Amino acid sequence: MRVALFLTCVNDTLYPDTGRAVVKLLARLGVDVDFPMAQTCCGQAHYNTGYRHETEPLARHFSDVFGEYEAIVTPSGSCGAMVRELYPRMGERARAEGRGESLAATLAPVVPKTYELTEFLVDVLGVTDVGAYYPHKVTYHPTCHGLRGLGLGDRPRRLLQAVKGLELVELPGAEECCGFGGTFALKNSDVSAAMGADKVRNAESTGAEVLCAADNSCLMHIGGTMARLSTGMRPVHIAEILASTEEEPAV
Amino acid sequence: MNSRERILGRVRRALADVPGDEASYERAVARDYLREHGERTVEQTVDLLAENLADYRAIVHRCTADDLAATVAGILSARGTRTVLVPPGLDPGWLAAVEGAERVADRAESTPHELDGVDSVVTGCAVAIAETGTIVLDGGPDQGRRRVTLVPDHHICVVRVPEQVVSSVPQALERLDPVRPLTWISGPSATSDIELDRVEGVHGPRTLEVVLVGEV
Amino acid sequence: MSGTFVGMPAFPKAAHEAVGNTTLRGNLRHATHTIRAKRANAVAEVSDWAELREAGKRIKDHTLRHLDRYLEQVEESVVAAGGVVHWAADADEANRIVTHLVKMTGESEVVKVKSMATQEIGLNEALEAEGIHAYETDLAELIVQLGKDRPSHILVPAIHRNRGEIRDIFAREMGEWGRPAPEGLTDTPAELAEAARLHLREKFLRAKVGISGANFIVADTGTLVVVESEGNGRMCLTLPETLISVVGIEKIVPTWRDLEVFLQTLPRSSTAERMNPYTSTWTGTTDGDGPSTFHLVLLDNGRTDTLADEVGRQALRCIRCSACLNVCPVYERAGGHAYGSVYPGPIGAILSPQLRGTQSEIDASLPYASSLCGACYEVCPVAIDIPEVLVHLRERVVEGGPVTREGNRVVLKPAKGHATERAAMRAARWALGRPGALRTGQRLASRTRRLHPRALPGPGKAWSGTRDLPAVPAEPFRDWWQRTRGGKDGGQ
Repeated sequence: MRVALFLTCVNDTLYPDTGRAVVKLLARLGVDVDFPMAQTCCGQAHYNTGYRHETEPLARHFSDVFGEYEAIVTPSGSCGAMVRELYPRMGERARAEGRGESLAATLAPVVPKTYELTEFLVDVLGVTDVGAYYPHKVTYHPTCHGLRGLGLGDRPRRLLQAVKGLELVELPGAEECCGFGGTFALKNSDVSAAMGADKVRNAESTGAEVLCAADNSCLMHIGGTMARLSTGMRPVHIAEILASTEEEPAV
Repeated sequence: MNSRERILGRVRRALADVPGDEASYERAVARDYLREHGERTVEQTVDLLAENLADYRAIVHRCTADDLAATVAGILSARGTRTVLVPPGLDPGWLAAVEGAERVADRAESTPHELDGVDSVVTGCAVAIAETGTIVLDGGPDQGRRRVTLVPDHHICVVRVPEQVVSSVPQALERLDPVRPLTWISGPSATSDIELDRVEGVHGPRTLEVVLVGEV
Repeated sequence: MSGTFVGMPAFPKAAHEAVGNTTLRGNLRHATHTIRAKRANAVAEVSDWAELREAGKRIKDHTLRHLDRYLEQVEESVVAAGGVVHWAADADEANRIVTHLVKMTGESEVVKVKSMATQEIGLNEALEAEGIHAYETDLAELIVQLGKDRPSHILVPAIHRNRGEIRDIFAREMGEWGRPAPEGLTDTPAELAEAARLHLREKFLRAKVGISGANFIVADTGTLVVVESEGNGRMCLTLPETLISVVGIEKIVPTWRDLEVFLQTLPRSSTAERMNPYTSTWTGTTDGDGPSTFHLVLLDNGRTDTLADEVGRQALRCIRCSACLNVCPVYERAGGHAYGSVYPGPIGAILSPQLRGTQSEIDASLPYASSLCGACYEVCPVAIDIPEVLVHLRERVVEGGPVTREGNRVVLKPAKGHATERAAMRAARWALGRPGALRTGQRLASRTRRLHPRALPGPGKAWSGTRDLPAVPAEPFRDWWQRTRGGKDGGQ
């Protein structure tokens, strides 16, 4: 199977460790993943801020870059949801605006074969025990677009529960948004910060060392809040936990 | 152009995108939901009604037809009722055992102030819904006009079981006539307006007693 | 809408004050968290929730898509049942009609059932200007009216008040409006409810005119439905001689049978009950029972403009349950007043800018008052995809485009305040359309990373005021990939 890693522009620029972890994890599971160098951005920030027409060239570019792969894996619930949920909607809107089938037809092929990482592991590869080792106390925050957009359900938790040495503790109010919300974090920074602070306090109350999630954008907000509140907790992307082994433990 | 024509015109222009051959109402509305929730025997349905009425703080009594008069009399006497409103078509037998409480008829000319001075009201009902613990009044002769079950602070409602009991909201609507003014009652009046916490007893009757009468 | 809201500041500014108000935060957190858990239980009790939700959505969609036909049917049925039907294109017209009808009775006071439509049009203020006193009879509306306050929630307009504040308002204000609060009133909810009962009873018993809204109008029978808890609705609907109901044109359902869906989904979504204590239905007038005169005022006031938007029209499915407010993390922290409308929360953020247009500062900011977390859509009993409409309205704000206002097609210009953002988005799109440009930017960021400040200047403070910035790595992923051929050369 020809599998492409859609890392996302945020991870590529700011969180290369997550990308390396995905590559290492998938290689261990026998998947030879490719990173198409022409990839850039799915356009989520543009779309969600109201710039749908500015998003369209980015979506077309995405389709050009990834169209010929059999599966597209991304370690981001929100970018995954962008492709799966919102690309079809962009096609529909273009049609409703009298611009024909072109956009819908261009975007259609990438929609069904785009998988968020934990979906790819559980649904496509059929594994929940990926042979990982991570001797830490961890709490898991299900990010909104993964939870409610993609319907990831208990996949991430099942993967974490199978990790050797990992103690998974319940996060109170887990399903409440952390307050990131893309440009919301800037446009409504007071409310965003208040939501972030509540999320961090809930995380602290678990006594965990690590807050894990499947989206680095949310973790950037939660982690930035943790650092500012001097909690001593740290945010870690689920890929880095699943890539960690006894031979090569993650820090 | 009057506002009727203006609004209808705006609606028609707003719906220019709706194709003329759209699915009919019957085809457009999927009714895949249930007619009732779960399978129950007649006895279980009546039990569920009693349970749900009590859950929303109605006081539930159960008796046979022979004991009804004594049950109603007992409720009124325990309450210390001195005046009891009686709808025009109420079976006189229901109040046959009542002593010491004056029967008051609801006359068309009686004022709300007069009704406010009455202690209790006894009525029948049109239908009762087990799943929600609801009794429905439709202004039938044994129920009277709407205000008689509203202004007095104590309402005794007699439900004939099992024949007046249905399981669910859909089944209740099938039995009811929309032309009649209906009052659906689920427990005594209540409010959630203070901190979204439920408190019983505001403007409607603060005590609702339901008598389930029958052999079930 | 009501003049009370004219000149509201934009949402972030109003929310700023609410976020800093610890009493308000506590009140909202307590109330919304209480109802959230209860609603989840009430919904879990019915195994066919998804099917009921789908049916509710389809009934409303079908009705909206044939609204002209159903409006005519409503008129015909209500008139046949003895009612009088009036049509109001906007708030002013509705207020004029109601004021005229009240004056015709010769009365100078009316009792009111809680109604979103009459709040939306500012009816109480319009009546007061003509010397007619309108008494709100719902407990929460009474608290708001006595406190000279504004509503902050659809179901519980005084949700921002805790029991102690309510006690103080009752003790201080009731005497001004009628029967004073009992001596030594405490803050227990039961005592507060009792005080409201005593205060309002004299008003109910002497009322000659009642004013209501309606939760539903059934087209084929001409039946109106009011769903309530306290019995104040029953009082207003049955004791007066004249009843005037002001109802938005989107409240129609085609048939009596359709109520079997909404009378299941509304109570469970709203007060989290299997059934609310009282539901009243009436069809025109009934001899010898209840009001002898019944007027129905059908209200447009921006609804047909909303209907003209193919994406936004789904907001008209709303049955005003307020489940979306109760689960919304933004509402919980910003409070209802920040939304600058009688419709707060997620539904307000999509309804107000459609009913009123996006020209004002507050209405242009409402589509952004959301992190797009989707909790509102998940709980909505008629499946309104609120995030979809929010994003659609953001587009209207930043891109402009064709919209309908007061029945006329107009083309909006892009909002002025977004010029810098628009330029940045264009630039980002240009760069992101070219992998080479992205790479250049990434490398620049990596090479200068030791020089990056911990706090950002200007608009960046919105981030760095409360959150540390992420450290920029020594090299972007793509450089590592190219350098090591995806780790095959062993580089880590």
